[in-house]
Amino acid sequence: MEGHITCVICPVGCKIAVRKEGIEYIIEGNRCKRGEEYARNELVMPRRILTTSVKVANGHLPLVSVKTSRPVDKAIIREKMNDIKKLVMEAPVYIGDIVLEDFDGEGTPLLATRSVEKADV
Amino acid sequence: MNKLKTDVLVIGGGAAGMACALSAAREGVRVTLLEREARIGGVLNQCIHNGFGLQFYQQELTGPEFASRLMEEMQVENVTVISESYVRDINVRTKTASVLSPKGAYEIQAKALVVSTGARERPFGSLLIPGDRPSGIMPAGVAQRYVNLENYLPSKRAIVLGSGDIGLIMARRLTLEGVEVVAVLERMPFPGGLTRNIVQCLDDFDIPLYLSTTVTGVRGNGRLESVEISRVDENFVPIAGSQKTIAVDALILSAGLLPQVEEFDEDLEIDAVNRGFVVSNTCESSVEGVFAAGNNVAVFDLVDYVAAEGWIAGRHAALFSLGKNTSGDRVPVFRGQNVGVLVPGIVDMEEHLRLYIRLRKPMERGTVVLRELAMEKKFTFGVPSEMIQMVVNKEKLLPLMDSGRLTVEVL
Amino acid sequence: MREPRLFSWRGFSFGGAEMQTLVIGGGLVGALIARELTRYEMKVLLVEKREDLGQGITKANSAILHGGYDDPPNTLRGKLCAKGNRLYNQLAEELKIAVNRVGSIVVAKGEEELRKLEILLENGKANSVEGLRIVGRQELRKLEPGLSKEFDYALLCESAGVIEPWMVAIAASMNAVNNGAEIITGNGVVGAIVESKRAKRVKLSSGREIEADLVINASGLFYEQVSSFFGVYAPPVKLRKGEYILLDKRASTLVNRVIFPLPTAAGKGRLVVPTIDGGVLLGPTSVEFSDFFPEDVSTTAEGLISVRESGDDLIPGIDSPQWFLKSFAGLRPESPQKDFYIKKADELENFITVGAIRSPGLTAAPAIAEYVVGEVIGSMDLKLTPKDDFNPFIDERLRIKELPFEEVARLIEADPKYGRIICQCNEVSEAEVIQAIKDGARTVDGVKFRTRAGFGRCQGGFCSWKIASILARELNKDMSGVRQNSQNSWIINGKVRT
Repeated sequence: MEGHITCVICPVGCKIAVRKEGIEYIIEGNRCKRGEEYARNELVMPRRILTTSVKVANGHLPLVSVKTSRPVDKAIIREKMNDIKKLVMEAPVYIGDIVLEDFDGEGTPLLATRSVEKADV
Repeated sequence: MNKLKTDVLVIGGGAAGMACALSAAREGVRVTLLEREARIGGVLNQCIHNGFGLQFYQQELTGPEFASRLMEEMQVENVTVISESYVRDINVRTKTASVLSPKGAYEIQAKALVVSTGARERPFGSLLIPGDRPSGIMPAGVAQRYVNLENYLPSKRAIVLGSGDIGLIMARRLTLEGVEVVAVLERMPFPGGLTRNIVQCLDDFDIPLYLSTTVTGVRGNGRLESVEISRVDENFVPIAGSQKTIAVDALILSAGLLPQVEEFDEDLEIDAVNRGFVVSNTCESSVEGVFAAGNNVAVFDLVDYVAAEGWIAGRHAALFSLGKNTSGDRVPVFRGQNVGVLVPGIVDMEEHLRLYIRLRKPMERGTVVLRELAMEKKFTFGVPSEMIQMVVNKEKLLPLMDSGRLTVEVL
Repeated sequence: MREPRLFSWRGFSFGGAEMQTLVIGGGLVGALIARELTRYEMKVLLVEKREDLGQGITKANSAILHGGYDDPPNTLRGKLCAKGNRLYNQLAEELKIAVNRVGSIVVAKGEEELRKLEILLENGKANSVEGLRIVGRQELRKLEPGLSKEFDYALLCESAGVIEPWMVAIAASMNAVNNGAEIITGNGVVGAIVESKRAKRVKLSSGREIEADLVINASGLFYEQVSSFFGVYAPPVKLRKGEYILLDKRASTLVNRVIFPLPTAAGKGRLVVPTIDGGVLLGPTSVEFSDFFPEDVSTTAEGLISVRESGDDLIPGIDSPQWFLKSFAGLRPESPQKDFYIKKADELENFITVGAIRSPGLTAAPAIAEYVVGEVIGSMDLKLTPKDDFNPFIDERLRIKELPFEEVARLIEADPKYGRIICQCNEVSEAEVIQAIKDGARTVDGVKFRTRAGFGRCQGGFCSWKIASILARELNKDMSGVRQNSQNSWIINGKVRT
């Protein structure tokens, strides 16, 4: 496989060329080691922090914004959205609360990124 | 009607306003913060994605988390928030404001004012795109409000016009929620948002980005049914024969932000390029005791800058309200070549100088030169969408006393 | 089958002794006629095909009260325009609609064009137009400093003004309802039964059938179609599309009055109009449709460019892109006679056609209503008994923007919703939004047109979702059931998380 990746580690945004030769990855165009590592990760297993919403019952808002505590395998995100759609949190929810213990099977929790109080009756 | 006396009146409770209120309160003065929505936080409340706080908190946070940090710190200070408020009338010289809110009407007398009203999105109507006037055409921030706060999906199949950050973020957000985002269009020959967003919002989801392309027609009977897109030349004139029709039910618009300055533009000076208030590096505007910070000064790209500016504004507003003279000698700032947006417009020698610059066009490499200070900062791959920041300690500003001006240019 | 939505239900009795009049068309002319009819003992029913009133020709024009000097004296429009202009003073008081007599000028350059102004002046005098005179360069500069320097003379008309045409339709219909009329929206006429040279029954799109002793066709763009259901001849009209650009309030510093170029055979031309809420309107173009497409109110690239250029010709610099708020188009009819067509039908005893209401229809409208009820019905074999409890006044609709601070403070104390400002660009409170819904708004545009919320410089960016939410709440609907304007104009198609 072959391609170009734009590195996002720092604002320079090096355009890194990536080539696979046999089992080796050839990486060119990066200005620093971090870029090389980023490009390698992007190729092998790109990771992203997922930010999304989870339904809240009886809260002052209908949704609580959430995030994975660290980057997760990009490839599983779309299918995991189905799991997220089934979750319901009961208000009150506090920022930092664990919404899902293990989002990705590698122990990455899904955390609330805001607080949602109980709705006024 | 309630009469209220306060030291610092902050108008707008977004990132700049919250940082400002907090910073002013820490100086020991009374702060009143006016906010139009039911809760403070501004757009941070609906920006559930991350990328905020790398500079301000040395942590990568989502919008709500960034806002929460400021809110929490504000809670223990002497800040009165009047939510759902509307400034009906304001006199910048007497520092009095007439304010309406569901809790009542207020006549507020302040000693210092901070205007942190942010920016609004450019409306579709102002683009004069011909065609029908169906529902389904909305600014990206409205779509974001619906999806992230109100729990509503506004579309099944959408196209995004404008590759500014908000458009890119929403392209991803909608896609993750099952909306088919057909493409992002950008009329310039280069993208408008941060590179990281091009990668993580478009490339990740195989959403094509069509540069030098724009919407030249909209069709729909009641609801949007299709858009006509065209390639454009350097003068944004549609190229004949390049027209294509794409069936969509939503046109998400990310056509730029406009600093909200109109209510004050008869009193406070406006910078024609930034389209925002002229301020010094103490964030003071052209009227004494009136400060401004945030997106109503210039459209910033990082909330960290906005919060930093708000912080400075708060401190100086507080000191002004205490009768302390925080102003030193001042010199005007001039734009040299290749400089677009530039903040501040005036250098006050009493305060460190934080300069924010946007290039007029992408430059492979270049040097930002502060001519009269003989200072430079080199860069590579500079783009207008990513602000360049330079910080100069106030001790180093002395040469400006002789020159009487500062010229910022990019060579 | 859709239930017709009613603004008021008065137990309409079929076949009762009381005379029943059906007015077809809820534009400003139909609404004013319906109102006029409620002065008399009879049941009045107004049907409107679209979801709200005043959404056709009524909102597709320049919103100007014309002086009346541009109409030949021997025409119906010549007879009714200046009269209608004067009637608006009283109408404004009764229906609480805003009228701003900004005045107008028709500009001319050179002696030959001056002669054309003189003809208009003579015409105006013959039509009893008030406040009309010709001014020269010096005075023109003082009156309109922003005007292009190429113009030497102008015909000044002080009685010209600007209004919100849809508010005439809305307020007139509210007054009609207060006086006993029934209004049905979202229901067009789809058929009619005629017997012995009389219109007997009219069929609506919902399936409902209306018995009528008198039918008045005021259906605007659709007047030919409606007449055909009754077998009544209606002179064919051509549809003319007019494109407009609306500018931010900032543009109003350049212009004080309505600016007209010299009129031509094509019409009054492209104007610069200071609007009632402080903005500026440029346009319209005037392009004839060869076919009948009454739903096509799309703008075109060429049309918008020419609107900009024409505006710039009159007021240099007015077409500044930073002032553009929106563009829109509307359709107006034009008949070969270039005049209104208002007459009792030849084919039926109880049918009146009110059609081809072209310019200056808006201005003439109150006089048209009086003419229809006074003269046209007056010439028919119908006895009209005046009511003694007709009330021409509607209640004031509060706009807190127009009230002093202390008064707003008191309102808020009594009802906090006056303090929740939903539209900050135009200072529209939640209480006013709710009142608009009580007054009949069922869509986001319905609220916008009644309150001016969403008409400001953010163009609904901050408030449109709030208005939609309030509608959902007040009408007990799902958000997915809320509409922008027409039935098909959905806003939301579901929830993110269910």
